[in-house]
Amino acid sequence: MKQFLTFLKKEFYHIARDYRTMMVLIGMPIAQIVLFGFALSNEVKNTRIGVLDLSKDEYSIALTEKFKNSKFFDFTKSLNNQEDIDKALRSGETKMVMVIPNQFSENLAQENKSQIQLITDGTNPNMSSALVNFGSAIIRDFQNDKFAAQVIPLQIDIKTRMMYNPQLKGEYTFVPGVMALVLMLVCALMTSVSIVKEKEMGNMEILLVSPVNPLVVIISKAVPYVILSIIILTIILGLSVAIFNVPIKGSLLLLYFVSFIFILSALGLGLMISTITDSQQVAMLISLMVLMLPTMMFSGFMFPIESMPKPLQVISNIIPAKWYYQSIQAIMIKGLGISAIFKEILILSGFTIFFIALSFKNFKIRL
Amino acid sequence: MNSIEINNVSKFFGKKKEIVALEQVNLNVPKGNLFGLIGPDGAGKTTLFRILTTLMLADTGTAKVLGYDVVKDYKKIRQIVGYMPGKFSLYQDLSVYENLSFFATLFNTSIKENYNLIKDIYVQLEPFKNRKAGALSGGMKQKLALCCTLVHKPEILFLDEPTTGVDAVSRREFWEMLKRLNKEGITIFVSTPYMDEATMCDNIALIQNAHILSINSPEGLMDSYPDTLWGLKSEKMYPLLLDLEKNPNVQSVFTFGDEHHVKMKQGKGEDDLKMWLSQSGHQEVEMKIIKPTVEDCFLDLLNERKKVKA
Repeated sequence: MKQFLTFLKKEFYHIARDYRTMMVLIGMPIAQIVLFGFALSNEVKNTRIGVLDLSKDEYSIALTEKFKNSKFFDFTKSLNNQEDIDKALRSGETKMVMVIPNQFSENLAQENKSQIQLITDGTNPNMSSALVNFGSAIIRDFQNDKFAAQVIPLQIDIKTRMMYNPQLKGEYTFVPGVMALVLMLVCALMTSVSIVKEKEMGNMEILLVSPVNPLVVIISKAVPYVILSIIILTIILGLSVAIFNVPIKGSLLLLYFVSFIFILSALGLGLMISTITDSQQVAMLISLMVLMLPTMMFSGFMFPIESMPKPLQVISNIIPAKWYYQSIQAIMIKGLGISAIFKEILILSGFTIFFIALSFKNFKIRL
Repeated sequence: MNSIEINNVSKFFGKKKEIVALEQVNLNVPKGNLFGLIGPDGAGKTTLFRILTTLMLADTGTAKVLGYDVVKDYKKIRQIVGYMPGKFSLYQDLSVYENLSFFATLFNTSIKENYNLIKDIYVQLEPFKNRKAGALSGGMKQKLALCCTLVHKPEILFLDEPTTGVDAVSRREFWEMLKRLNKEGITIFVSTPYMDEATMCDNIALIQNAHILSINSPEGLMDSYPDTLWGLKSEKMYPLLLDLEKNPNVQSVFTFGDEHHVKMKQGKGEDDLKMWLSQSGHQEVEMKIIKPTVEDCFLDLLNERKKVKA
């Protein structure tokens, strides 16, 4: 026990004295959260739109006003003719143009019918469809305001509702994704690198020729990174709640519990990597290529797994991050309890036991 | 009683076991001996050390350290030996004191417990107690490494090239420390590529190309040199060397410091050498019989081996 504590102390010295690496480890999740949050958002907020109003009558002006007052859109300018539409979109000045046809009010009043055209920049398809959705919603609103009293015969009204994330907020998908990514990086990469470092520097040679059980060496390597991971996890959650208003609807305890299992599975992977390589570079490359890439691709936070080809969907099952991602979404966003994510927890635990058992089996008691 | 017994140990590397690191090595180190394993880089010294310290398995043969088998009883051996690898393997980002106390705990002991053993060395390190091990000079690093190896009072010390990369003064100091430790009763098995350090040992084994060439005491080795060795000095050393190499009567010639060490072929002697010197026009050549060094013996054994092989 005394040996273990001494080892633990030594590991903390290593980590604390290499303060640059520690800064990167703590800074990275912050940077990622902020970057994903502000830069990579598909969210509709203060989007610049242009309006080509060919009627300039009561209703068209009212509709334009309604867009202006929405927090989702910023009114940039009035366009004068069709050519302006192309110009405005090309220059990137506006992301969407609304065209109100001639005699808008008249047509509405007399024929109960008119058309509005929404033109968007299709180069970013996700953004475009989001804009059209928001635009349509405002127009529908406008219609209900103005004509609520009139009974229009035989109208089927479609009301859609995006459960759990009505505003289609990007944070809901990327926060669990970043959590999976960062925890995988810290645990698997840092653990494998720090163990391989002992081998590369020749320290393992001395440690092996001593009464110490090699498992003590390995476990004491892992413990500080578990603690560091939990701190980082807390930072990510704190930032997400404070800056991006991501809710934690479910139990915080459950959230940490699932994360802890995921951290252990990442540690297992890191240990496994450390048993098959002798150089820090190789350990780092394997961690990045074999762990990071699949974590990003197959966890489902960048690309929906449902729309992948069947073989890739099958592959995604062996990525621990996928199961973690799903259970975190279930806990945080949907507010589900342990019974809903029982399967995910079971699979993650299975991975953990498998990885750790395999790396203990592979652990060499000689050089 | 022998502290180390090595019987027919061979070790091969490579996918097809085509690289021979050790071949049929037999070696005994008596208890309480200061035993030197001497040979150039790549001779197989480190491999032998790793087999004895249970870090590697030999392909053939058996070895015992303090009566324990290196394969079966590896756990026991790991508790009682002190091993200092050739590469500086302490934690560079820990201080001198932290390193020492870490290694003490590693072996379930404390610095205090065996302080008398490391005292002589540690007092030299004490002024740098709080300095990071990585910031120490080469000689200091080796002293710290020795301290860390000694802190658990091992019964036998394995030191793999402890003086490589250390300056001449520190080297001498280091060997004096080893002598002192040896007097305390610790068996020391040490390797070095420097032939001049051989005389510091009780016994030496010369190793080259995976083979042990000779096992002897340094004096015994030098006395066993089979022929007369001539030391030649002149004003023009280099032309003399070139001509000596061409001389058909010369068996071998090597330069040591400011002298050429010349060994004549069987049946040729002083007269042949003198006659050749006067004929070849080398002037003012100083010539005397010299006592062979360990290096002379090593080179001679090497030549013998080559001849046998050819």
